[in-house]
Amino acid sequence: MTTTSGQPGTVDLREGGGWRRTKNQIATFVMWTAFIATLVPLILVLYTVISKGVTAISWQFLTSNTIPPNVSPLGFGGMGPAIVGTLIITGFAAVIAIPLGVLGAVYINEYGGKGWLANFISFMADVMTGVPSIVMGLFIYTIWVLHFGYSGLAGSFALACLMLPIVIRSTYEMLRLVPNHLREASYALGATKARVTLTVVLPAAVGGIVSGALLAVARAAGETAPLLFTILTVEATNTNLFSGANTALSTQIFTNAQSPFVGGEARAWGSALTLIVIAFILMIAARIVTARFTRYTR
Amino acid sequence: MSTVTKADPATPAGSAGPLSHRRPLGDRGFALLALGSGLLVLVILVLIAVTTAQQGSDWFTQAGFSGIFSTVWSPQTNQYGAMAFVYGTVISSLIALIISVPVSVSIALLLTEVVPRRWANPIVYVIDLLAVVPSVVWGLWGILVFVPWLQPIYASIASAVNGIPVLDSLFGAPTSGASFFTAGMILAVMVTPIITSLSREVIATVPTTDKEGAYALGATRWEMIRGAVWPHSVGGAILVGLGRAMGETIAAALVIGSSAQVTSHLFATGYSIPAVIANQFGEAAGLQRSALIGLGLVLFVLTIIVNLVARGVVERSARRMRGA
Repeated sequence: MTTTSGQPGTVDLREGGGWRRTKNQIATFVMWTAFIATLVPLILVLYTVISKGVTAISWQFLTSNTIPPNVSPLGFGGMGPAIVGTLIITGFAAVIAIPLGVLGAVYINEYGGKGWLANFISFMADVMTGVPSIVMGLFIYTIWVLHFGYSGLAGSFALACLMLPIVIRSTYEMLRLVPNHLREASYALGATKARVTLTVVLPAAVGGIVSGALLAVARAAGETAPLLFTILTVEATNTNLFSGANTALSTQIFTNAQSPFVGGEARAWGSALTLIVIAFILMIAARIVTARFTRYTR
Repeated sequence: MSTVTKADPATPAGSAGPLSHRRPLGDRGFALLALGSGLLVLVILVLIAVTTAQQGSDWFTQAGFSGIFSTVWSPQTNQYGAMAFVYGTVISSLIALIISVPVSVSIALLLTEVVPRRWANPIVYVIDLLAVVPSVVWGLWGILVFVPWLQPIYASIASAVNGIPVLDSLFGAPTSGASFFTAGMILAVMVTPIITSLSREVIATVPTTDKEGAYALGATRWEMIRGAVWPHSVGGAILVGLGRAMGETIAAALVIGSSAQVTSHLFATGYSIPAVIANQFGEAAGLQRSALIGLGLVLFVLTIIVNLVARGVVERSARRMRGA
C-alpha cells in the first residue's frame, strides 16, 4: 500500500505547501531517528559483551567448576556446571511446556470453536504472558520447593510456566492459518478429529509451531528470576535434574555482577557471552525453520 | 499421544456403525487431553494467587492495613511496608514508558507506513534482537558500564538545575549512577520490542480505504497518519508494555540502587517490588519471607489488572475496526 501511494515525486498530484511538506519530512526523519536510537543500546551491549566476554572464555572457563567467592582472577574455576544446568533445566522445561502448549492451542482452535471457554482460555493465556517471571519463581517456590526442596526440576517447572502461554499463543496463530479445506477433506475420508488434528493440521503448521517454540526456549534460557529461589546454586556439575541444587548461567551472571572483585566481573562477562550465543543460536534456528518449513503465512 | 495410537487405522471412525455418534476412545481421550492442557492455564493462574496469598497471609495479618501501606521496610525492626516498592515500581515503569512509547510507536509507523515490506523484515529482526538479549545481560551492562558512565552526567545536570524550583526537586539529588531514572532507561530498551510489535499489529488493522481516502484528499503521509492512523488507539500496546516494565526483575534489581525510599528525586536510588524480592528472598526468613511473597502477590495482582485492561482495550478496538 505504501509503495503505491506513498512515494513522493512519482505522480505528485498532492503538492503539499512548503510547510506541510517540511512537516512530512520532519516526521519521516523522526521515525528513522527513533529506529537508529534503539540500535545504540543494542550495539553498545553486544560490543561490550563480545569484547569483554571473548577475553574470559577459554576451554577451561567453559568446563571447570564454579568457585564460590569469585575472588580469584580468571584462570581459576569456570562455568561448566552453569552451562550444563542451563541446558538441562531449559531443555526439560521445553519438554514440559511445548507439548502442553501445543495441546492447549489445539483445544482453543480445533475443539473450543467459538465457545466461551476457548475464548476465555485464549484471553487468559494472553494475560498469563504478562505475569512477571519473578512471580512464577515465587509460585514454584511455594508450591514445590517448600515441599520437595531445591532442584533443577523446580527450575524447569518455573521456566515451563513462563513458556506455556507463549507456546499457546504462537501455536494458535499458526493453527488459525491452516486452511479449512484440509480439515474438511480429511473428515470426508472418515478420519476422526484426533487423527485429522495429529496427521493433517499439526503437520501443516509445524514450521511455525517449531519456530515459535524455539523463540520461547530462547527467552526462557536467558531468564534469571524464576531460577533464583528454585535451583539455588552449586559448585560442581549436577546432571541429576530431579534432586539436589543446581545452577545456571543467568543466576551466575546475577551473583557475579554484584561481586566487587575483578574476577567476578570477568566471569560475568564470559557467562553473558555464552548465554547470548546460546540464545542467538536458538533464534537463528527459529528463523531457518520459519524460512524453510512455513507453508501458510498471513 | 499414546491414547491415539489405539485408534487402529484399519477401523476408521465410521466403523462403529453407520449412524453411530459414538466417537472412538482415542479420539475422546485426545479431546480431553487438549481440554486439560487448555485448562492448565486457568489452574496455574488460580494456584499462583492461592499459594502466594497463603504464604503471604502472615504478613497481611501481622502488619495490618497501616503496616502494609507504610513506606518503612526494616528487617531489623520487623516492619515491612510495601509503599516504597510500589512507588519505585510505578515511577521506574512510567519513566520507561515516557521514553519508550514515542520511540516504539515511531518505529511501528516506520514499519507499516514508510518502508517497503522487504525492508520491514530486517528492521523487525533487529528490534527483536533487543528482546533476545537476556534481562540479566542488560542488568550486567547497566551496572558495570552504564551506571558509572551516567554518574558524572547526573552530577552535572544536578548542579545545572540547582535552585530552579520544580527541576531541582526532580533532578537535584544524585546519589550514584544507579537510580529510578537509570532503571527506567534500561526498562525502556527492554519493553521497546513488545510495544513496537503490538503497535504494529494495531496500525496494520487500519483499513486501507481510510488511508487512501486521506491521500485522495491531498494529505501528505504525515497528515494521513495524523488523520487516519492516529484515531486507532495504541493504548492496549502501551498498557502491555507497562505490565512488562512493572514485572521486569533482574535488570531493575541491578541498576535501581536498592534503597527503599519515596522521593521526588528521579536521580536518587530507589527500589522496586520485583527487585526487592530478587535481592532479599534468599536470606529472608519468617515474617520477612512472608512479606516478600505477599509483595509477589501484590505485583501479580497489579500486572494482572494492567494486562486485563490492556487486552480489553485491544479487543474493543479490534471489534470497532471490524464494525467499521
